[in-house]
Order: sequence, then C-alpha cells, then structure tokens
Amino acid sequence: MSAHSTTRWRPNLGLRGLKVFNNVSGYSVLLVLSAVFMIPLYWMFSTAVKSPQQTFAIPPEWIPAPAQWDNFGQVFDEVPFGRFYLTTLFLAGANIVGHLVSVTLVAYGCARLRFPGRNILFLIMLSTLMIPYQVTLVPRFIMFAKLGLINSYWPLILPAFTGTPFLIFLVRQYMMSIPFDLDEAAYIDGATRFDVFWRIIIPLARPALMLVVVFTFIDVWNDFLQPLIYLNDPNMFTVSLGLSFFQGARETNWNLLMAGSVLAMLPPLFLFFFAQKQLIGGISVEGLKG
Amino acid sequence: MSVLTRRLTRSWTDLSAAERREALAGYLFISPWIIGFIVFFAGPIIASFLLSFTRWNIVGTPEWVGLANYERIFTQDPFFRKSVSVTLRYAAIYLPLEVLFGIVIAVVLNQKLRGIGIFRTIFYMPFIVPKVATSLVWVWVLNPRYGLLNTLLRSLGVDGPSWLSDPDWVLPSIIMMSLWGVGGSAVIYLAGLQNIPDQLYEAASVDGANRFQKFVRITLPMLTPTIFFQLVLGMIGAFQTFTPAFIAAGRTGGPLQSGLFYMLYIYNRSFESMRMGYGSALAWIMTVFIMVLTVLVFRSSSYWVYYEAERKRTR
Repeated sequence: MSAHSTTRWRPNLGLRGLKVFNNVSGYSVLLVLSAVFMIPLYWMFSTAVKSPQQTFAIPPEWIPAPAQWDNFGQVFDEVPFGRFYLTTLFLAGANIVGHLVSVTLVAYGCARLRFPGRNILFLIMLSTLMIPYQVTLVPRFIMFAKLGLINSYWPLILPAFTGTPFLIFLVRQYMMSIPFDLDEAAYIDGATRFDVFWRIIIPLARPALMLVVVFTFIDVWNDFLQPLIYLNDPNMFTVSLGLSFFQGARETNWNLLMAGSVLAMLPPLFLFFFAQKQLIGGISVEGLKG
Repeated sequence: MSVLTRRLTRSWTDLSAAERREALAGYLFISPWIIGFIVFFAGPIIASFLLSFTRWNIVGTPEWVGLANYERIFTQDPFFRKSVSVTLRYAAIYLPLEVLFGIVIAVVLNQKLRGIGIFRTIFYMPFIVPKVATSLVWVWVLNPRYGLLNTLLRSLGVDGPSWLSDPDWVLPSIIMMSLWGVGGSAVIYLAGLQNIPDQLYEAASVDGANRFQKFVRITLPMLTPTIFFQLVLGMIGAFQTFTPAFIAAGRTGGPLQSGLFYMLYIYNRSFESMRMGYGSALAWIMTVFIMVLTVLVFRSSSYWVYYEAERKRTR
C-alpha cells in the first residue's frame, strides 16, 4: 500500500522524508501488532522457567528470577516426554516415506501418462477434497478395530502410503510444468518409463517434494484427533496426546506444562524457519485450491 | 455409468499396442491412490451411510433400526441442538472477525520494508505449531486467578470474567484463541494482495484517489475471490473444530456444554460412548450440510465476487 500513497494530506517532507515517514509508521504498526501476538508466547515461555511458587505469585513475576531452566529436564522425568518425542518423530518419518512413494507415483501417472479415464479419475480425486474426512472416521476405526490394529501405529501410517489428494494435486501441477521434450529425448535414448520417472521427473520435481515433506511433518506432528482415537497406551502417545494427558493428570503444574508446550512447538518452528519461503508459497496455493 | 464404460472400452480397443502399454503403466502408477480411495474413502463413506441406520456399540452385530437415529437426533437430542448452535454462533462471530483481522494483517505485512520476513514469521507461527500446545497456553493465559489476561485487566481496575469456567465466556474465549491463529489466513490474503496489478493503483492516483478510496474501490473488490474461498473454508473449518474445544472447554464440552462444538459431539458419541451408528448419522448430517452449503455459496458467488476473467468476457 505504501508505494501507492498520495502526499496530499501530509506535511511537505520531500521524497526522502516521505519514505522515512512511511517506514516509521509502517514499523510502528508492525511492532505493536506483533507485540500483541507475542505476549501469549512470552507468557508461556516465562511460566516455563518458573518454580511452582513463582507460577502462582500475585502479581506475576514478569521476568522470573531465578529462572528454573531445569524445568525442561524435569518434564522428561515427570512424563515419558522423550518417548513421546521419538514416537512422533517416527510417525512423521513413516508418513513422509509413505507420501514420497505414493504421491510421486500417482502424480507422475496423472501428469505424464495418457490412459482412458484419466480426466474422470482426476476429477474424482479433486472432488474428494470437498468431502470432510470426519465422515470416514467411524468406519475407519471399525475397520482397524476388526483388523486388531487399535493401539498400534498402523492406522496412523498406512493411509499415507495411498497418497493424499491435495499433495498429489500439488505435485501433479508441478510435474505438468516440466517440458515433455525431456521425456521424449530419454525414450529415444532407450530409457524405460521408470527411468524417466526416477532419473528425470523426480530430480526436477524436488521443490514440490520438499513441500510434501514439510506439510507431512507439520500435519503429523500437530495431529491430535487420530492419535486420540487409535492410541490407548500412554507409553505409545504422541507429543500432542501426551501433553493433553499431562493436563488432565496434573492440573496444577502449569510451569511444567508450559515447558512441555515449548518443547512441542520447537520442531515445527525449526522446520518452518528453514523452509519458510517454499511453505508460504505452497500454502497460498492450498488456500485457493477451492 | 454405462455410457462411461462404453466410452472407456471403445477408446481401449482404439488404442495401439504402444498406447495400451502406456495406459497400463498409467494405471499401475496411480494404483496407490485407487486402493486408498476404495479402502480409506469410498468404502468408509458407504459403510458410514449404512451404519447410520443401525444401533451398534462395536461388539456384537449391528442392529438395523431404520431412521430411528435420525429421528432421535432431530426430535429429542438436546446435545445435537446445542452443538449446532455452538458451532453456528462460533462461525457467525469468528468468520467476520477473521476476514477483518486477516486483511488488516495482510495489508500491514504487504509493505516493502526491511526485515518484513521476521514479522511474517511471527504472525504465522501460531498456525504451524501443535494446536494442543497453543490451546494449553491459552487455558493458562485465561486462568481466572493467575492468568495473564485477568492480571492485565486487574491492573486496569477491571474484574475479568472466569473465562473457560463461565458458560457465557467459553465461546468468546475460544474465538479469541482462534483469532490468534489468524496469521494462516493473513498469508493467503497477502498472496491475494500481491496479485493486484499496480496499474490500478497508479491510475487511481492519477485520478486523485486517496488511500482509503483506493482500499475500498480497488483492494477490497479485487480481494473478494480470496475472501469468498476463506469464508467457505472457514465455515467447513468451524464444523471440524475439535482440538481447541477439547483442550479448552474439556472432553464433554465444558460448563453447560457451552463449548460443545459439533465435531466434539461426534467424537463423544462415536468414541467415548462407542455408539457407532449414532455417530455415523451425526457425521452424515454434517457432511450433507457442508456439501449443500458449499454448493449454495458457489451458486451465489456471482452476485458479489469479482473475477477478473469474467469482466474480460463481457467486454
């Protein structure tokens, strides 16, 4: 907006003065707004390093002194938090592998091979995006229950190996943009279809596959409903499920609960920090997928 | 369907040997999705439909009860009415606020300033971390006695409500929590803003428009497609809201079920009281509602959504 503003109502500052004025007002709005957004996070973090007495002090200690850094260690003693962490990492890894296999194969088939019914099948795939997945929750649960897989990790892993329509769509769009001349040239050199897939398309689609990895990790790491339904044994819990369990079991240990929350937020934040650019681009695609 | 199969078979016989090989490879490549579609999507949806006419607690055999579940839901289930009203009230208040705050933050983030990426990350952060963790942070912020918000209110001389323990304040609390994640929408509005051609603003400047006029006459109309999609997704999202309600209001929906979101109610019936048939009926009602709503909103969109392509066509 600032680039298009008129000068009419402003003091005559000259061009450079105007720019400074715009920047200063821009930054002050940003700073105020982001401060409002950061306050709950600060509250979480400061509580995470408080002793029980400091936690329930009135008025609250804004900067806890002394800071109880060993709260972060104590979380691991009070609840099997390390185990939750490893479990969630394992689930994220398994889902990433599943998605990388299934999504690339299906997207390649949709993007670069011709077969009767391709467009109809693709339309069916897109229309599944409109139907809320909750309607499948009960029958899926029954199916996994009949297979004796409740309280195992299979219900949280197997579906990934069949792909997810939105991710398939994303990667398919990306693969469509790779020039078809490359395939033709490879076929002339005697390459098989799998060679083309493996040696040409996959390497060129790497940015889209990065998105698949990031999206999958964040989705699995943050998922709550599915682990809640399928896992009963506290030793098998994920981080999110473990935290909610911790809340119910020890209502009053807010300092440790906040320390646990900080630890739960770190991996997605870390990943976001490194993949920021691709992620925000991909999410704006997701938002307009309609 | 028969037209479809005929067309498929006809084109199959028309294919050359090489084309057939390509087609077979194609089916092989997409087979993971086809399996997933049957096992995890189409099958469960049909099963869910059939189950909704039964009474079944997962042990034993399902008992066919016809329309009894639906009849009971619509005529004598107070929790159904409560959960629909909670969810709709949430959507009616939250969605307009989401559009407002989303656009304001997007406009603020759309400035060409050094270090803007850091601010973008700050607003986006609540959106990518576990909802359980952010919900817990808010439960603690909203703690009536020791929480941050009431402490701040007290320093202003206001006696804050007891938020999540007060039936009248549960929904406002959850709306506030959701608004904290508005950065997710802001990023999408930001993409919409960046798609607006600069010439429009330049032409308006030449005509002497001020900032406010440009915002109302250019920015808002050009953003309507984005707003429209956000509203559709937001409405669907309201019916899928689960984690914040579960953590903040509690498993059973909080005091007087004031936080009993529809999805939470489905969860309670299906997985807490193990009533698979009743839960399926509830899920089907939600699905039909969302699909009807989606169609209606899309039909009505031409009255108020501005599409660049349409204007070109009519010219």
